[in-house]
Amino acid sequence: MHPAPSVILFNTFSGLGFGLLFWLGFDATPPTGWIAFAFFALAYIMAVGGLLASLFHLGHPERFLKAFSQWKTSWLSREGICAVAALTLMALYGAGLVFFDTNIAPLGWIGGLLSLGVIFTTSMIYAQMNTVPRWKHWSTPALFLLLALGGGALFAAKITFATVLLILAGLAALVHWFVGDRRMAASGTTLATATGLGHIGSVTAFEPPHTGTNYLLKEFAFEVGRKHAQALRLISMLLGFVVPVLALLYLPGHFGAGVAVLCHIAGVLALRWLFFAQAEHVVALYYGKR
Amino acid sequence: MSLDEPKLDLSPKVSDEVRKTTCYMCACRCGINVHMKDGEVAYIEGNRDHPVNQGVLCAKGSAGIMQHNAPSRLRAPLKRVGPRGSGQFEEITWEEALTTATKWLKPLREKHPEKLAFFTGRDQSQSFTSFWAQGFGTPNYAAHGGFCSVNMAAAGIYTMGGAFWEFGQPDWDHTKMLMIFGVAEDHDSNPIKMGIGKIKARGAKVIGVNPIRTGYNAVADDWIGITPGTDGLFILSLIHCLMKAGNMDLDYLARFTNAPVLIDEDPASPQRGEFLRDNEGQPLVIDSRTGKLAPWNGQGVEPDLRGTYRNKGVTHRPVFHLMADRYMSEDYAPEAVAERCGIPAIKIFQTAADLARVAFDQAITLDRPWTDFRGKEHPNMIGRPVSFHAMRGISAHSNGFQTCRALHVLQIILGAVETPGGMRFKPPYPKPATAHPKPHGNVQPGKPLDGPHLGYPQGPDDLLLNDDGKAKRIDKAYTWDNPMSAHGLMHMVISNAHAGDPYKIDTLFMYMANMSWNSSMNTSGVIEMLTDQDEDGNYVIPNIIYSDAYSSEMVAYADLIFPDTTYLERHDCISLLDRPICEADAVADAIRWPVVEPDRDVRGFQSVLCDLGARLGLPGFVNDDGGQKYADYADYIQTHVRRPGVGPLAGWRIGDNGKLQGGRGAPNEAQLQSYIENGGFWMEHVPTEGSYYKPFNQAYQNWAVQMGFYDVEQPYIFQLYVEPMRKFQAAAEGIGHRQPPDHLRSQISKTMDPLPIWYAPFEETSVDLDDFPYHALTQRPMAMYHSWGTQNAWLRQIHGRNPLYLPTAIWTDKGFKDGDWAKVTSTHGMIVVPVAHQASLNPHTVWTWNAIGKRKGAWALGTDASEASEGFLLNHLIHELLPPKGDGLRWANSDPITGQAAWFDLRVNIEKTEPPAEAQPNLTPIQSPVPEGPKDLAWKVGK
Amino acid sequence: MTQLPPPSAKKLGLVIDLDTCVGCHACVISCKGWNTENYGAPLSDQNAYSGAASGTFLNRVHSYEVQPDEGTAQLIHFPKSCLHCEDAPCVTVCPTGASYKRSEDGIVLVNESDCIGCGLCAWACPYGARELDAAEGVMKKCTLCVDRIYNENLPEEDREPACVRTCPAGARHFGDLGDPGSAVSQLVEERGGFDLMPELGTKPVNKYLPPRPKDVEPDINVLAPYLEPVAQDGAGLIHWLDKALSALPGGSK
Ligand SMILES: Nc1nc2c(c(=O)[nH]1)N[C@H]1C(S)=C(S)[C@@H](COP(=O)(O)OP(=O)(O)OC[C@H]3O[C@@H](n4cnc5c(=O)[nH]c(N)nc54)[C@H](O)[C@@H]3O)O[C@H]1N2
Ligand SMILES: Nc1nc2c(c(=O)[nH]1)N[C@H]1C(S)=C(S)[C@@H](COP(=O)(O)OP(=O)(O)OC[C@H]3O[C@@H](n4cnc5c(=O)[nH]c(N)nc54)[C@H](O)[C@@H]3O)O[C@H]1N2
Ligand code: SF4
Ligand code: SF4
Ligand code: SF4
Ligand code: SF4
Ligand code: SF4
Ligand SMILES: [Mo]
Repeated sequence: MHPAPSVILFNTFSGLGFGLLFWLGFDATPPTGWIAFAFFALAYIMAVGGLLASLFHLGHPERFLKAFSQWKTSWLSREGICAVAALTLMALYGAGLVFFDTNIAPLGWIGGLLSLGVIFTTSMIYAQMNTVPRWKHWSTPALFLLLALGGGALFAAKITFATVLLILAGLAALVHWFVGDRRMAASGTTLATATGLGHIGSVTAFEPPHTGTNYLLKEFAFEVGRKHAQALRLISMLLGFVVPVLALLYLPGHFGAGVAVLCHIAGVLALRWLFFAQAEHVVALYYGKR
Repeated sequence: MSLDEPKLDLSPKVSDEVRKTTCYMCACRCGINVHMKDGEVAYIEGNRDHPVNQGVLCAKGSAGIMQHNAPSRLRAPLKRVGPRGSGQFEEITWEEALTTATKWLKPLREKHPEKLAFFTGRDQSQSFTSFWAQGFGTPNYAAHGGFCSVNMAAAGIYTMGGAFWEFGQPDWDHTKMLMIFGVAEDHDSNPIKMGIGKIKARGAKVIGVNPIRTGYNAVADDWIGITPGTDGLFILSLIHCLMKAGNMDLDYLARFTNAPVLIDEDPASPQRGEFLRDNEGQPLVIDSRTGKLAPWNGQGVEPDLRGTYRNKGVTHRPVFHLMADRYMSEDYAPEAVAERCGIPAIKIFQTAADLARVAFDQAITLDRPWTDFRGKEHPNMIGRPVSFHAMRGISAHSNGFQTCRALHVLQIILGAVETPGGMRFKPPYPKPATAHPKPHGNVQPGKPLDGPHLGYPQGPDDLLLNDDGKAKRIDKAYTWDNPMSAHGLMHMVISNAHAGDPYKIDTLFMYMANMSWNSSMNTSGVIEMLTDQDEDGNYVIPNIIYSDAYSSEMVAYADLIFPDTTYLERHDCISLLDRPICEADAVADAIRWPVVEPDRDVRGFQSVLCDLGARLGLPGFVNDDGGQKYADYADYIQTHVRRPGVGPLAGWRIGDNGKLQGGRGAPNEAQLQSYIENGGFWMEHVPTEGSYYKPFNQAYQNWAVQMGFYDVEQPYIFQLYVEPMRKFQAAAEGIGHRQPPDHLRSQISKTMDPLPIWYAPFEETSVDLDDFPYHALTQRPMAMYHSWGTQNAWLRQIHGRNPLYLPTAIWTDKGFKDGDWAKVTSTHGMIVVPVAHQASLNPHTVWTWNAIGKRKGAWALGTDASEASEGFLLNHLIHELLPPKGDGLRWANSDPITGQAAWFDLRVNIEKTEPPAEAQPNLTPIQSPVPEGPKDLAWKVGK
Repeated sequence: MTQLPPPSAKKLGLVIDLDTCVGCHACVISCKGWNTENYGAPLSDQNAYSGAASGTFLNRVHSYEVQPDEGTAQLIHFPKSCLHCEDAPCVTVCPTGASYKRSEDGIVLVNESDCIGCGLCAWACPYGARELDAAEGVMKKCTLCVDRIYNENLPEEDREPACVRTCPAGARHFGDLGDPGSAVSQLVEERGGFDLMPELGTKPVNKYLPPRPKDVEPDINVLAPYLEPVAQDGAGLIHWLDKALSALPGGSK
C-alpha cells in the first residue's frame, strides 16, 4: 500500500492524541487550570491535527459531513462518530477541569472510552480489509490500541503505565510483523486464484494492461525492498520502544521523558510508514507485483 | 445523506445527431456512427449495418475522437525556414503553398516528368493519386505496398487471382478449421476477430503458425511456434504428406487448376518449360473423353491429370506430374525439415493429417446447383472446410513470394479455395494476373504517361528497362533485380534518389508516409540522405513536398507541407477501382464525408491535388477551356468517368432509363448524398448461384460484367505453375532476346521457379550466424496504428513504450532480470533497449511492438514522453541492402521476385548491458511546428 | 446505501470468455469513450501527452502467461472490470453511502455527488475495479453501462454495455446471471464459468469462461488413415498417379 504522508501523520498523531485523552479521562487526580489546559491543548492538537491531516487524503474534503452517515456498516463512519463524540465529551470534561476546576469523572470515563473507541474503529478500518491479509488480523487493533495507550501514557506522564504499555506495544508490533509476514501466503490468494488459471499451470503476469501507471499501481502496488524493511523495523523498534523504555527507566526527569517522547514519535512514524508500505494488497497480484 | 438509492436518469439523451461515415484509424475501413453534441464529436461507435464491422469497433476506432482532436494536428501550410530536419517552419497561405509547388513542378513536367517522384503511403485513394501521377507523366509513382506485403498480394494474384485481406477471406460461416500463418493483426482487423470469435463459438479449430504466441495465436487451439523464414519449407512438407497419401481434391485440381496443363518438355525448344498451346494460344490439356489434346477452356472438356503427350520423341507431362516429382521427394519429408523449421516431425504429420481429416472426412455440400465455364452443370457446391489466412509473417521475407505461393498451392490441392468452408474471394476479385494492366513507364515530356504505372508483367518484355538496360523507374521496379515488383519499391526511392541511381530527381512528393522514421529501413541512414548536401551546399534531393495531417517525424524533412484534414473532416472514397470494402457475399464501396468542418487552415489532400493538377494543366484535371475540372475531391468522386459507366463509386449511378442503380451507370450529382443517407456505404449481394467457385462460375462471371468489374467475362483456372516466372527463368538460362545482367542470372534462375520452392532467407546466408544467432521481429499492436496511434491520449497509455521480448532460453542463459536492458546488434547497427521475458515464444526469436518508439519533438509530445526515452525502433538495425559479399555489389535486402522489403529476415545478437539514461540511438530532438499538448485532459462535450 | 440490499433476483453482469479474448483493448477504449461522455464526471487523463501518462479507466485488459507442467506456455488475455459482487465489500466500507448496490438488478454504483473520495472502497475491492479520478476526486467504477442498458433513447439492440457492443471477438456477454435460463447463465453452465478469488467470499456476479484445452495431441494415428502413402513400394510416379487418381476422393472419374 502507498504510504501516504497524510495518513501516516493522521494515524500517528491522532493515535497519540486520543491515547492522551484516554488517560486524561481516566485520571483519578487530573490536572486542572493551566496545566490541564496544556495537556488538553496538546491532546486536541494531535487528535484534531491528525484528523485534519486525514482530510487532505480526501478527494472532496468539503463533503466530509456525509461520512458520518453509514455507521451501520462502515468503520470509517463509526470512527468519525466516535471521534466527534469523544472530542465533544472530552471538551466538556476538559472545560470543567480548566475553567471550573471541576472533575466530572463520569464524563471523563465515557470520553476516555470513546477515545479508545476512535483508536479501535480506526484500526478496524484496516483490520477488516480482506484484501490486505497483513492487516486482517487481531494484532492490528491490538497494536493500534497499545500504541495509543502507551504513547498516551507517555504524554500523560504515567511513567509506569507507559513503560509497561510500550513494552507491550513493542511486543504487539513484533507479533504484527511476524504474523503479517505470513498472512499473504496463509490467505491462499495467489495469482492463480486471482485469474482462475492455476489449473492449467503456473501463472505469471506478462504485459500490464497499460504501460503507463495508474491509480491502482500508485495506491496498492508499493514495493519496499526487504533489506530496507528490516532496517526500518529495527529503527522503529529501537526508537519507538526500546529507547523510550530505557529512557523512562534510566533517565529520570524531564530530560528522560523528552527523549522518550521524541524517540517514540519518530519510531512510531517509521512503524506506521511500514504498516502501509509493507502491506500487500491482493490487487497487486494482478500486476505481477506484491 | 442518502440512505436510499439515488434516482438515476436511466434514459439520458445520447446525442443530438448521429452521422455515419468510415473509420480511418487504420486501413480496415469500418463503418462508424459519430454521435454529435452541440456540433462537436462526442462519441464514436460501430455501425451495425456496415458490411465490414457489423457494429463492432476496435480500440483505435473508438479512440478516434482523440485522434481527431489531437494537439499534433497541423494547422496551416508550412514552409521550411531552418535547415532540413530542424523542424523550423513558417506558416504560409494556401495560395503561396500551391504557387510554390506549381513553380517547382511545372518546369519538370515540361522537360523531365521523371524528375518528380510521387509516392504515397497509407493511401486509400490510389486510383486517384495514380491518375494524377499518370497525368503528370512521371513513371515514378507507387504506394507503400512494396515494403508492406506485395509478396502476399502478387503471389495471390499470379496463383489464383487474389490473396487475403481485400482480396479474400475465410468462409467464416462454414469453415471447420482455420490455419493462420504469420498474422498479428492484419488490415482486416475487425473481420478477423469477428470471424475467429464466431468459429471458436462453433467449436471449430484454430491453428496459429507464428514464432510468437500473442493475440490470434494466443487464442489458437494449437500453436506452431515456427522458426522465422521457414514457413515455405513447412508448407511444402505438408504438401509432401498430402500428395504422398493422395489426399488431394483431384477432381478440383483437374477442372479448376492448371495441374492438367501440359508443359513443353522438349529440351531443345525455346519454349521449354512453357505451356503447350494451340493455334489460338490457349494452353492445352488432355481431354479424358477423347484422350486427345484440347484447349483448357473448351466446352465440355474433361481435363485429365494422368495423361501425357508424346510428340516427336518427347514426352510432355502435365503440371501435376512435375509437382508430384518435386514434392514427393524425401527432401520435403517431415523428418527432413523438422529441425530447420523448429517444428517436431510428428507435429507436421499431425497437422497434415488434421487438414486431410477436416477437408475430406468433414466435407460439406451446399445444395446450390451451378454451371462452370465449360458449360458443365454441377448439382451442388462441395466444400472442403479448411481455411487459411496469412500475412506479413510469411510475406516480409526474402523468400516470401515463393512461400506465399506454396501456401496457395496447399490451399488449392485441398480444394479449399472458393469452395464452401474454404477461402473466398471478395468482389471485384477474383481477377487473374492477365486481367490486370501491365506496368507502364514511358515518359514523354509534357504528356501523360503511356499507361498505368503498376501492373503484372507476363515476362521479360514487360520489364521497365531502357535500351541501355537501366531502370526506367527511380525505385528500379520491374527490373531484373525484382521483375515482378507489382507494387513498386517505396523503400528504395530515397536511397536511389540520393545516389542518383538510376538518375537524379528534382522533387520528392510524398503523402501519408513517415519515411524518416518507422516506415524506413535504416532510419538514421535515410535521415542523412534526406539532409545530405552536395559540394555547392544544395540538398542532394533538391525539393521535398509532403502532406501529413499531423506533426510526424517526416514533416521535419520536407520543404513544403500540405496539411491534411483529419478523417472526420474530409471526403474520401473507398472505391472498387482500388481497395474496396467488399465481403465475399457482397460488393460494396464506401465514402468518408466531413462530419465536422476543420477549425484550422487545412485542406483534404485529394482536393489539393485537384487544384494543383489544374494549375499544372494535367490532362484529366482541366476542362477544354483550361479551367479547373474538379472543384474538389467530392466533385471528382461524383463526376469522374474512368470507363464508360464506371466511376469512383458504384452505388447510385444513373441507369439507361434514368433510374438509380448499382454497378454501371452515368454519374450522379446527388450520389454522395445517397451514400450519406445509407450510412456511408453501398452494397449489393452476389447472386446465390454465383456465391462460390467464382473464377469458374458462369453466373458469377455474368454478374461481374454487369457490375462493371470487367467488361468481358474472365473465367480462368488457378496457376499452380506460373508461366511468366518460367519466362524470366528461361531468360536467365539464356533464352530470348531480353537478357538479364550476368550477375543476376543464377539468382533469377534459382528463385524464379514456376513451382513453389523454399530457399533460406538472404540475410541468413550473408551474415555469420554465430555472430547473429537470433531472429528479431516486430508485431503490430492491436491498439495502435503505426506511428500515428501515439498522438492519441488514450491509446498511448496502453502502449507508451515497448520492451524487447526475449524467450526463456535467452533470458536465462544470459541472466536477464526484470528491468534489465540489452545491447542489440545486427550486421548494420546497434540499439540499447529495455527487455522483458516471454515464455510462449520461439526459442531463437526476439521481438517488439512496431512503431512505438518516437523521435523527441514529434507528435506534440513532451520531451519526457516514454515513447522517446524508452520506446525504440528496430528499424535502426535493418538495412535496405545486405552486407557486402565481397563481389563488389550490394544486394538488396528484399525478395528477388517482387522487391518486397525483407523486414523479418533480420538477425541479431543480444548482450546484457547497464541501463542507459535513454534508449539508444537517441537522436537530437526536432523542433515542433505545433505546440505541445495540454497536460491534463477531461474530455466531455455538450455539457 | 452502504448496507447491501437483500440479494436481488435479477443479477446483471458480464461473462468474459478467456478462450476468445484476443487482447485487443477495444472494450477498454469504448468504455472510456462512453463513460467519459456519460455517467458522472469524465474519465480524466494526467500527463496526457508527456511522460508518466496515467488516466482513469473502468476496464483494463491484462495478459498472463501460463506454463503447464508439460508442453508449451500459453498466453491469456484477461479483461477486468467491476464484477458487481453480491457481497460487495466496497459498498459496506463506504462511509458516505455514495457506494451502493442497486436493489433491483444488483449493479454496484457510485453516487458521485456523495463521494468524498476517501478511497476506502478501492481498498476493499480485491479486483482493482475502482479508480479514484485524479481530476474530479471521486471514485469511478464500471457502471455496467446502467445509462445504456435501460436507455429508451437507444434502439433496443443497443441496450447493452458499450464494451460488449464493441468487442470484435464476441468475448464479452451481458445478461442476467440470476436467471438460470438466460443465455449467459447457460454459457457459464456449459463452459464451466468461474469466479475470481472465490476464497474472498465476494461472490462476484461476473463470470469468466476458461480457455479451452490447448495444444492437445490429436487422437489420430500419424499415418492411417489420412497419411498412408498410396504407393509404398517405390514403384514410381506413374504407379502412384494411377493409384492416387482412381482410389481416392475426387479421383473416380
Ligand atoms: N520495423 C518494422 N518497420 C516497419 C514494418 C515492420 O513490420 N517492422 N512495417 C512496414 C509496413 S508494412 C508499413 S505499411 C509501414 C507503415 O509506415 P507508414 O506508412 O509510415 O505509417 P504511419 O506511421 O502510420 O505513417 C503515416 C503518416 O501518415 C500520417 N497521417 C495520418 N493520418 C493522416 C491523414 O489523414 N492525412 C495525411 N495526409 N496524413 C496522415 C501520419 O501522421 C504519419 O506521418 O511501416 C513499415 N515499417
Ligand atoms: N492495429 C494495427 N493494425 C494494422 C496495422 C497497425 O499498425 N496496427 N498496420 C497495418 C499494416 S500496414 C499491415 S501491413 C498489416 C500487417 O499485419 P500483420 O501481417 O499481422 O503484420 P505484423 O504485425 O507485421 O505481423 C507479422 C506477424 O508475423 C509473425 N512472423 C514474423 N516472421 C514470421 C515467420 O517467418 N513465420 C511466421 N509464421 N510468422 C512470422 C510475427 O510474429 C507477427 O505476428 O497490419 C495492418 N493493420
Ligand atoms: S479496425 Fe479499428 S481502426 Fe481500423 S477501421 Fe476498423 S475500427 Fe477503425
Ligand atoms: S468488483 Fe470490486 S468494486 Fe466491483 S462490486 Fe466487487 S468489490 Fe465492489
Ligand atoms: S471513495 Fe467515495 S464511494 Fe468510495 S468509499 Fe469513499 S466515499 Fe464511498
Ligand atoms: S459495462 Fe460499461 S462501464 Fe462497465 S466495463 Fe463495460 S463499458 Fe465499461
Ligand atoms: S474487446 Fe473483446 S477481445 Fe478485445 S480485449 Fe476486450 S474482451 Fe478481449
Ligand atoms: Mo503495411
